[in-house]
Amino acid sequence: MAATSKSSTDEFIKGLWKENPVFVQVLGMCPVLAVSNTAMNALAMGLATAFVLIMSNIAVSSLRNFIPKQVRIATYILIIATFVTVVDYVIQAVSLDLYKALGAFISLIVVNCLILGRAEAFASKNTVARSVMDGLGMGIGFAFALFCLGAVREILGSGSLFGAQLFHDAFQDWVVMILPSGGFFTLAAWLLLFNWLEQRKERKAKSDEATTLALGKEAV
Amino acid sequence: MPSESLWTIFINASLVNNFVLAYFLGICPFLGVSSKLETATRMGGAVTFVMLVSSVCAFGIQLLLVAIDAPYLKLISFIAVIASTVQLVEMFIKKVSPALFRALGIFLPLITTNCAILGLALFQTNKGYSFVQCIVYALGAGAGVTRARVLMAGLREKLELAEVPDVTKGTAMALMIAGLLSVTFMGFGGLGG
Repeated sequence: MAATSKSSTDEFIKGLWKENPVFVQVLGMCPVLAVSNTAMNALAMGLATAFVLIMSNIAVSSLRNFIPKQVRIATYILIIATFVTVVDYVIQAVSLDLYKALGAFISLIVVNCLILGRAEAFASKNTVARSVMDGLGMGIGFAFALFCLGAVREILGSGSLFGAQLFHDAFQDWVVMILPSGGFFTLAAWLLLFNWLEQRKERKAKSDEATTLALGKEAV
Repeated sequence: MPSESLWTIFINASLVNNFVLAYFLGICPFLGVSSKLETATRMGGAVTFVMLVSSVCAFGIQLLLVAIDAPYLKLISFIAVIASTVQLVEMFIKKVSPALFRALGIFLPLITTNCAILGLALFQTNKGYSFVQCIVYALGAGAGVTRARVLMAGLREKLELAEVPDVTKGTAMALMIAGLLSVTFMGFGGLGG
């Protein structure tokens, strides 16, 4: 990771799109699939994960010179677990309904490979400011992806968005979208879209190259 | 539901509420590693073993935490115990059976970040299972994870020979298969009651 040549804004932007944790890196799948059955749950989960990610990035990057190399993974996990406990209790205090809907999956943020991955691959090697930007970008990218998934599943599965009915009564709910298998299918569809966009971009770049080559030959 | 019969718990954990296909726990290794039938089977065995050990440990910790009235330490102590259990198991197997260690070796450390293990520990405390029920629950969950992985690996081995459009190659295809498997497992609904 050539951090020195990149500005902090680049660190922020890359998490949103080019290195989006869900659609491109396919990390942290368990909560993505499990709690994305409504847009609200998905958004709450995304924000909770983003918070833990930013806080653990700050902690890890400010302690990076003190943590011995041999026990670093264990230390990271303990740092992450501390922040997850905080989030767990805050959600329980703010909204009990949400807490019940998300269930054990708030605690399971601890083992989200995205957070540990960022701590190991980025925060342990970069300054605090840079790590905050990275955490912010990755966190928002993750929340955005979760929201995309949750919105599609809620619209198709129960004909509503954030609990507000969207369609006429005659709309038949696609029950399968709310069930576990719907999560797999929706994520697969999003990945297909991203793959397709990526391939189209590549093809375009190639054809552009070909035209410039051809033009160059003509000029000669 | 501490009154559930042991058989019900086992069937529930392994088929009806399969950890991978209904609870989405341990998806990362499920999508990443299960592309060969043999490794999938071994990995499943390792996960089941760690699940069993950490389930017993989690049961003990829960008793201790209730005794000293410190429930907020649950998550931290669970994850610390799972991480050290994996380390211990690794050392133990290395000492006792080098052959088995070579077979499992690389997979063992990865299990620490497998959400299925932590999920199991959390679910069993939430449900308030007794000691024997915990063990059966862990065995059922392990069997379920192994079954899901083996099925997935078998399908993917076949898929490597199939001709699919370029766009669908890789994770997207794996997810679609997982979705279909999940639909199939829904058929078991109501079995455990």
